[in-house]
Amino acid sequence: MTTLTAPPRTAPPPPGRPRVSAGFSKWRRRVPLLPALIFTIVVTQLPFVATLVISTFQWNILKPGDRHFTGLSNFKFVFTDDRLRTAVLNTIVLTASVVIISVLLGLGLALLLDRRFLGRGLARTLLIAPFLVMPVAAALLWKHAIYNPDYGLLNGTLNAVYRLFGADNGPTVDWVSTFPMPAVVISLVWQWTPFMMLILLAGLQAQPGDVLEAARVDGASALQTFRYITLPHLRQYIELGVLLGTIYVVQTFDSVYTITQGGPGSETTNLPYEIYLTMFRKYEYGEAAAAGVVVVLGAIVIATFALRTIASLFREEASR
Amino acid sequence: MTGLNKLFRNKDDHGASPKLSPLWTFVVWLATLAFFAPVAWMVLTSFHQEADAATNPPTPFAPLTWHQYSLLFSRDITPFLFNSAMASVFSTLLVLALAVPAAYALSIKPVEKWTDVMFFFLSTKFLPAIAALLPVYLIVKDAGMLDNVWTLVVLYTAMNLPIAVWMMRSFLAEVPKEILEAAEVDGAGLLTVLWRVVAPVAMPGLAATSLICFIFSWNEFMFAVNLTATQASTAPVFLVGFITNEGLFLARLCAAATLVSLPVLIAGFAAQDKLVRGLSLGAVK
Repeated sequence: MTTLTAPPRTAPPPPGRPRVSAGFSKWRRRVPLLPALIFTIVVTQLPFVATLVISTFQWNILKPGDRHFTGLSNFKFVFTDDRLRTAVLNTIVLTASVVIISVLLGLGLALLLDRRFLGRGLARTLLIAPFLVMPVAAALLWKHAIYNPDYGLLNGTLNAVYRLFGADNGPTVDWVSTFPMPAVVISLVWQWTPFMMLILLAGLQAQPGDVLEAARVDGASALQTFRYITLPHLRQYIELGVLLGTIYVVQTFDSVYTITQGGPGSETTNLPYEIYLTMFRKYEYGEAAAAGVVVVLGAIVIATFALRTIASLFREEASR
Repeated sequence: MTGLNKLFRNKDDHGASPKLSPLWTFVVWLATLAFFAPVAWMVLTSFHQEADAATNPPTPFAPLTWHQYSLLFSRDITPFLFNSAMASVFSTLLVLALAVPAAYALSIKPVEKWTDVMFFFLSTKFLPAIAALLPVYLIVKDAGMLDNVWTLVVLYTAMNLPIAVWMMRSFLAEVPKEILEAAEVDGAGLLTVLWRVVAPVAMPGLAATSLICFIFSWNEFMFAVNLTATQASTAPVFLVGFITNEGLFLARLCAAATLVSLPVLIAGFAAQDKLVRGLSLGAVK
């Protein structure tokens, strides 16, 4: 609200209290906000400015004394390098499959958990456990306790089943090196499905009961009710889940670092891991910074959609 | 949107929601157990001897023992847990100290353009942390603050502050305006209003916000692994390091994974209803 359009003060200040000027009270309102605002600007925006500056330098710490300004050549490298292009593709494949699969599974589970059944509370509690396990612990668990070819749970169970049917031994599949990308995707889907389920369940529970009742009275089938009432209502929750999931999964570092180390070759190297390698293995600071800038630009595109979705939820809340 | 409150307060929904058929009940329980199986396997294996843990086919009924846990503590997991606790607790306190006044300025007596400020906070959450790693690493190195818990405290504070501001604002927005005005008309001072009117309504929200901040700090890996070495390493760094240094001890790995996940599992189970609101940045209520 600018001072030009400010409504005239209607009530005079209560008697016996000191009169404070409008400017002073405006500032007094801002004071509690400032520490958080300044802290955030210093710790999050300044590093990005530094990244921008570094991205225009040729800077490899293995070659000291050879640090110089190179303009946009790092960006040219970023857009033409094969490894980075692979990393971009891997990031898209990884993020899209994790988000799509976990939203679909989460939707299915949310629809089921929305109904009454024996032990619903316990089922919900058990279902959110994967999301609460420390991500690094979860990645190690999948890599060693489940995917391991010799004594992992997956091959162990296959073996037990084969023996049950009289065969001598089950197959020995090295899951991580045979199916590297699915191995990472499955472990992440396992972690993110509970998150999607929680958000969608909240959406389902917010459905106005009278509308559903009316649909039932009018003789709509369960499928029709879902298609024409529940799904449109859930849309904003699905959007929110997809966007938040995308923001978090695009940044996946723990699982790639732990399960595959980006391998075999660079089959599972995503952008965050590739940037990490450029920084701490190749020591090419300029290139790493340029790749970082490109990632931020990509994130801004996704974030624009995310902010719009959240803003619509926000307006709805404010208008209540 | 009060769906969540409805969901978690009325456990039986007053019989409003339809019952699931036996077939689908079976399906949902099957899915639940499939999702829970890796967690159950992790906990079970952590109570086995190494010889029983690494068998093919698996032997779930092997004798149980605390052995792996006692080994972990005798092999010094303690400093790592201590570092994790330090970084998580102090960053959570710092986040609250910064976020609560900010949320107050954004909800109870909103500053002009308060929605813009809210979206600025949120937008910082969308910047991938990896893009900040290099400059942060260089700055921290120049300042001689590598391998220092307080560096992690500052970074985790920045990481969680936007979420905390959003969450706290949504909780403070629930303080009834009429009561605030009535208290002011009655001549109550700012402190009285905060203590008597705002605090009782905002307390559960404060607890939820702390929980979310604690979980994210406790689980953080990328900054921890790249900015610490020997002194300030946290629990996730311990987990990864202990695999590469000692070869593979499956049962002990499971014990360590269980141990480091335990605080978050307990907190998360205890406050399931608060999780959604925090994770969806307070947007879904």
